[in-house]
Amino acid sequence: MMAKDETKQKVKQMGTKLAKDIESNKNPTFDVPIRALSNVSFDPKTRLITLGNKTAKRFFFNVAHVRKFVQTIEAAATAKDLLEAGKHLSLREVFYKMKRTIPGTQINVVDEQEESNKAIEDMELLTGQSREQLHINANKNGSAAGKIIIEDKGDLIDWSKLGSGGWSIPSNVEDIRFKKVDAKFVIYAEKAAEWERMHEDRVWQKMDCIIIASQGQATRGVRRLLQRLHEEHKLPIYVLVDLDPWGTYIYSVLKFGSIGLAHISERQAITGARYLGLTPDDITKYDLKKHLIRFEDVDLKRLEQVKSYPWFKENKKWQEFFTKMGALKGKVELAALTSKGITFLSDKYIPEKIKNKDWIE
Amino acid sequence: MAERESKIKTAEEMAGKLREISIAEFFEKNRHLLGFDNPAKALLTVVKEAVDNSLDACEDARILPEVKVSIREPRQVFRILTETGEEIARVVKEDNKVQMQVGDEKAKLTETKEPKKSETVYLFQHDVDTWKFRVYRTEKKGEDGKPFTEESYEAVRGRTEFKVAKQPADRYLISVEDNGPGIVKEHIPRVFGKLLYGSKFAGGKQGRGQQGIGISAALLYAQLTTGKPARIWSRTSASKPVHYFELRIDTTKNEPIIVDERTMKELDGKGLREHGIRVELEVEGKYIQRHHSVEEYMKQAAAVNPFAHLTYVEPDGTVIDFPRAVNELPRPAKSMKPHPHGVEMGMLERMLKLTDSRVLSGFLAKEFVRVGGQAANEVIKLARLKPDMKPKDMDHEQVERLWRTLQNYAFMKPPMDALSPISEEKFMEGVKKEYKPEFLAAVTRPPAVYRGNPFQIEVVMGYGGSLPSQGPGKLLRFANRVPLLYQAASCATTKAVQKVEWRHYGLDQTSGIPQGPVVVAVHMASVWIPYVSEAKEAIDPYPIIIKEMKLALQEAARRLQKYMSGKKRKEDAAQRTSLFEKYIPIAAEAIAKVAEVPEGKIQTALLGMLNKGEVVKEAEQAPDAEKVPEGEIKKTLKTAGEK
Repeated sequence: MMAKDETKQKVKQMGTKLAKDIESNKNPTFDVPIRALSNVSFDPKTRLITLGNKTAKRFFFNVAHVRKFVQTIEAAATAKDLLEAGKHLSLREVFYKMKRTIPGTQINVVDEQEESNKAIEDMELLTGQSREQLHINANKNGSAAGKIIIEDKGDLIDWSKLGSGGWSIPSNVEDIRFKKVDAKFVIYAEKAAEWERMHEDRVWQKMDCIIIASQGQATRGVRRLLQRLHEEHKLPIYVLVDLDPWGTYIYSVLKFGSIGLAHISERQAITGARYLGLTPDDITKYDLKKHLIRFEDVDLKRLEQVKSYPWFKENKKWQEFFTKMGALKGKVELAALTSKGITFLSDKYIPEKIKNKDWIE
Repeated sequence: MAERESKIKTAEEMAGKLREISIAEFFEKNRHLLGFDNPAKALLTVVKEAVDNSLDACEDARILPEVKVSIREPRQVFRILTETGEEIARVVKEDNKVQMQVGDEKAKLTETKEPKKSETVYLFQHDVDTWKFRVYRTEKKGEDGKPFTEESYEAVRGRTEFKVAKQPADRYLISVEDNGPGIVKEHIPRVFGKLLYGSKFAGGKQGRGQQGIGISAALLYAQLTTGKPARIWSRTSASKPVHYFELRIDTTKNEPIIVDERTMKELDGKGLREHGIRVELEVEGKYIQRHHSVEEYMKQAAAVNPFAHLTYVEPDGTVIDFPRAVNELPRPAKSMKPHPHGVEMGMLERMLKLTDSRVLSGFLAKEFVRVGGQAANEVIKLARLKPDMKPKDMDHEQVERLWRTLQNYAFMKPPMDALSPISEEKFMEGVKKEYKPEFLAAVTRPPAVYRGNPFQIEVVMGYGGSLPSQGPGKLLRFANRVPLLYQAASCATTKAVQKVEWRHYGLDQTSGIPQGPVVVAVHMASVWIPYVSEAKEAIDPYPIIIKEMKLALQEAARRLQKYMSGKKRKEDAAQRTSLFEKYIPIAAEAIAKVAEVPEGKIQTALLGMLNKGEVVKEAEQAPDAEKVPEGEIKKTLKTAGEK
């Protein structure tokens, strides 16, 4: 209850600040921390991406700002409603709640979910409260299976007895309790296809582990779950991604946090995450050269960007990795391993890499 | 050999065939030179020549002009058709006479009835058949709100109905009437019936006509295409009678032939109540609409002669009125002797032959402007001639030396009072009343000189209002208050317009022509307009003329741009205010809810700030303001702009 009162208080403060501006005849303004590469830094001590203290003013009386301003305060009003009613809404539902038409016009406060999502992120920064604390949930998007028993809302769930679908990871994992942990590590896969492969091949049973996947970038719930398993039970986290700059960045976000969500890095980043994805050396080792998909211009551009992020820049191993990736002039997907045999990933690739400590950190 | 010899003609034989061709005869064969190339253009040229004369006469007599132009179909042919489209009879209406022909035979008109005001019935008898030809008239209103009469026709034989097809007209009766001073009886035949007759050819004064050809060429054209004589009425004052003439031109002698001549007390209530001229010509022509139409010509003439009241009656009876916008004539142009720089070699030779002066020095001082005794003597000395030479005795070589010296001698510029500009204010009024733009800029350049001829450029630009917002802007070309409708591409006005970078003045441009709701009117006033051809359709693009036009256009464009940017600023501010006005209620509601304060208080305070406007200005300039991508701002403004 204490935490909830604090959240309510923080939201109210947002409004009070504006009301004071208005009372003293000042243009009502938010000071929004800037979420761009220019205002994030990599802290080598904590090995986290952290947000700087640069802010920008968002005015009501400014043609360029007015719409965003109204969206931000409208998001705050929505959060206030939720906190008072003790209910939760998904991002999609919040979008519909905010999509109001201004009376007497045809203007909607938001037209696309992208706009309400951004307004909520701004709210998190302005109040210092996470989306979940504001009673707003992301869509669940992730599957898990493995040697662990958890408790969620009073239900005991054994992740080794969930059939072919596995357990579906909710967006808020704060209240989950780990009851019995028999797993020795966690494998996180970028794509559902690899998760299905491992699940069918019973990798978690054979190797005493947990397998988790979401689609593309890991959702906040998945990241927080991985972080908790890593920190509370010291489980190593292995990250299984394609060989391309986008895959490497998925690993990067898991390990160091993201630029867009730098403000919650410490609640998300898994400092000990290990890269178990395809490496340029694997291409020769497993003879995958014929499966190269030529880089497009966007891929090359992204490669240069990722290569020069501060957290990779000082790391010789990673610089070598990116240089070799560039020399390949193409990407290789994990699915290409199927050419070596249907269960090659589960029976050879993963066990061998872990056994030989053939991962990158 | 013998055969070949028979083909050879001696010079003596050939000389027998040579004869002098009269000017009238020459133009009969080269009518395109005077603007009678095709039926549509000919119709317009006839109207133009008559109107030019009327306006010139009124201006010379310092009378505010009233000019009425009407065009009628003198002869209407109706073809009566069977189901299969074969003509079995025709009805011809000409000069109020109605005749019917069935096959090769004439039918007899037995009765004319008017059962209703809107209906006329003609009954014909042919053999045993009774024919009924019925004309219905319906009063209608055109798209532009002008009333006109639509006629429909019906033909019945006994009880059988037939289709009636009206033949497109190919000849028109053009009538132009003015309230000018009229012409004294003795002069009428020669003014109208002799080419190159009149005060104008001598030049020296700004006027619409400058050759004395126009109206007589129109008479010639009428005579050539329809064979009908011209009908002219003239009256010099209300207390004097009306003189009526029917005239033809003897093309070999270039002399008028009087077909009929009458003097009448009154014109049975049909015009010429005080003084003025009425000319009626029946010509072959084609009636067209839009660009090169008579209506377009009248509209432009009304714009450039805002002191004139013009009326135009179209063939279907539609009356288009072009009311007067100003009640004051432009200042009269003074006559000017030729300037030595403007005289051509041949003209100089002719002047020397015709002069009354007995000595060369006297000739120069008397016949030219800006040549005093001292200048005359200097020129004579430079040309190695003698002051007391007899002008008539000079040989060709001497004349040429004199001419060259005259061209190179630095005389004073010609006097500018020979010019009669419309004036910025009046020209603006004219364009305003005819094109109804929302903004107008007028520029009159100081007088300038080309080849010894003084000239002056006037420009009016109009923007917005009733002008069409899409497509190329309208260019109006005028020379001595006469609209120029043909040969736009070779005209100095067009070339000057194309030399202006309209883009720099905030207007779109395509091939040098400004686009959008713009009208550009360019007027050249001069003692002598350098036309590209005798048809007087385009101004010769002398560099100095183009330069003057361009300067005037640029100045007008600058003023227009200033107006437009002021307008845009105002619109932006208004758009801003309305944008915030829309967002205030919802912002106030949300802030009030989050801060737990009364909503009304927040809303009132925000509206107060908006009305003061200062906070809004500051925010736009705050250095640490959040940067928002251009696209998002556009989206905000766009959604706010929705209604």
